[in-house]
Amino acid sequence: MSILANKDTRLIVQGITGSEGSFHTEQMVEYGTNVVAGVTPGKGGQTHQEIPVYNTVREAVHRHEANASVIFVPPPFAADAILEAAEAELNLVVCITEGIPVQEMIQVHHYLQGTPTRLVGPNCPGVITPGEAKVGIMPGFIHSAGSVGIISRSGTLTYEAVHQLTEHGLGQSTAIGIGGDPIIGSTFTDLLALFAEDPATEAVVLIGEIGGTAEEEAARWIQETGFPKPVVAFVAGRTAPPGRRMGHAGAIISGGQGTADQKIQTLREAGITVCESPAVIGEQVAEVLA
Amino acid sequence: MKIHEYQAKEILRRYDVAVPEGQVAASPEEARTIAENLGGDTVVVKAQIHAGGRGKGGGVKLAKFPQEAREFAAEMLGMNLVTHQTGPEGKEVHTVLIEQGVNIARELYAGIVLDRGVARNAFMVSTEGGVEIEAVAAETPEKILKEWIDPAVGFRPFQASRLAFGLGLTGSQVKSAVKFFRSLYRAYRETDASLAEINPLVVTSDGDVLALDAKMNFDDNALYRHQDILDYRDVTEEDPAEIEASKYDLNYINLDGNVGCMVNGAGLAMATMDIIKLSGGEPANFLDVGGAASPETVQQGFKIILRDVKVQAILINIFGGIVRCDRVAQGIIDALEGMDVKVPVVVRLEGTNSREAAELLEASPLEFSVAQSLREAAEKSVAVVT
Repeated sequence: MSILANKDTRLIVQGITGSEGSFHTEQMVEYGTNVVAGVTPGKGGQTHQEIPVYNTVREAVHRHEANASVIFVPPPFAADAILEAAEAELNLVVCITEGIPVQEMIQVHHYLQGTPTRLVGPNCPGVITPGEAKVGIMPGFIHSAGSVGIISRSGTLTYEAVHQLTEHGLGQSTAIGIGGDPIIGSTFTDLLALFAEDPATEAVVLIGEIGGTAEEEAARWIQETGFPKPVVAFVAGRTAPPGRRMGHAGAIISGGQGTADQKIQTLREAGITVCESPAVIGEQVAEVLA
Repeated sequence: MKIHEYQAKEILRRYDVAVPEGQVAASPEEARTIAENLGGDTVVVKAQIHAGGRGKGGGVKLAKFPQEAREFAAEMLGMNLVTHQTGPEGKEVHTVLIEQGVNIARELYAGIVLDRGVARNAFMVSTEGGVEIEAVAAETPEKILKEWIDPAVGFRPFQASRLAFGLGLTGSQVKSAVKFFRSLYRAYRETDASLAEINPLVVTSDGDVLALDAKMNFDDNALYRHQDILDYRDVTEEDPAEIEASKYDLNYINLDGNVGCMVNGAGLAMATMDIIKLSGGEPANFLDVGGAASPETVQQGFKIILRDVKVQAILINIFGGIVRCDRVAQGIIDALEGMDVKVPVVVRLEGTNSREAAELLEASPLEFSVAQSLREAAEKSVAVVT
């Protein structure tokens, strides 16, 4: 078992003929992901890497019974791509695109309420269930199948954590990069709720960073619901100066809110193991599972 | 992106948000002419820098006569204005805003910002104007009134009037405030602002409501569709190294320490800074060369880091996923061969082809310290500076 993506995932790629979409489609297929169709408006009827391309998401879904989509379209069109995928009632939509204006994401977030669609991202590496499906841009080979779930606001820092887990002989059930933007489709809390129900997941790693209050909300939720599995966390950005955006649009300490120290304290108060150093994530998970 | 107060007021004027009469000046003579044309008893001379707290630093002065406006402008132009937001080095003043004086009856606060927790814009007002809103939020949160804006229907008139009544406004003031708030929201929304803050928002003795100060920041992701706002960019307010870095799609922020670092990905870059500190050092910068670090970006990264004379060691931490580590290693070697790098370089490359990368680095005649893990990399780079 796993969450979000597995061997039954029937994936479409929005923006399949662009350079990013094209490259990562090849990588996903190589990993064993079932990519059933691509969508690029105006290129319907063609095939790309032997995958049929359609003009619209609805047509691709109709023809191939797709249940998930991954989006590689450029930022000015990405919000629209998410809405199109949601309108076609796909269960999972993963948006890799970085740079979507925040006012558009407010509308997208609002539209998605009450729909069956779960959005992951934008500005994220995607979702991987090792050995089953890779819906995103992460390097597949560093992962191994197992029982640790990962939810992270970062990209390469997630890879670092996965690498440490794999080195400690700890495989992953599903690893999700939720994205570095101020407004994202799935939060720590949303995905913790799924991991709570997943019998294959025995522990969860949370990787947070400065900005916003998502880590604090996760801490409160874990405490209030009595989350049944051990959680190990790391929060990046203790040394980040306030008022400066640290790469990700969402990683900024403003108005005294969003500091790493505040997040770490709240997580600890909720009984979560917080790693002092990013180098000990693997060790700490091994310890809580021992 | 940040802009100056006078630019924010230009935008607000376009959206019918009431602001005092005024114009920007780059010379004392210009300041005098503007003051003369404004007429009235007094004018305010305001230094234009991208930082708050200007009044306390001597950057806001009340002038009685045009000649006095000229003198104050002469004092301010070229001075290094130090406020609690500029750091001890201050910021040089290049322009001053000359505005008509206003008879203030009340000082209030109005601001619009994204509330990330609920994924909506929030409109905030407070009776505590003229002070830092963060302090009000921390000490007397009940003095901040909020309206969350539903994306389906926008900011409604009833919400604007609820805010106006909540501030204790009466009679014609309510009507002025409602118009002001609705226009302010339109300015915020249509320009893709990330912040619109009016502090203080004043009620004049005549009952008018207007923006005495104005601050607007903008969503960088939306600037592609706002050329007029991009034109407001003032590069003299930015760190030259950060501007240089952005030309190569590198994300660089200068810090005070002595261990330079170059990392792919923002989260890993922050984590690398953190582990440098944990190992007893101080990071000299944040530098994200992008998730898919290429040899070219690595080369530019070196140049940017080495502009900082405080740097005594460089730590390179690349997690190669899609990009192969041996290619990055070759990029590092090529970059260093063409440069005169006098500080020790510690390299940690993990991921695809990391073994081949280590062999390349070892075989190179250049002096590298190769680290196997994140911890070892941090310890090695801190060891050379202490």
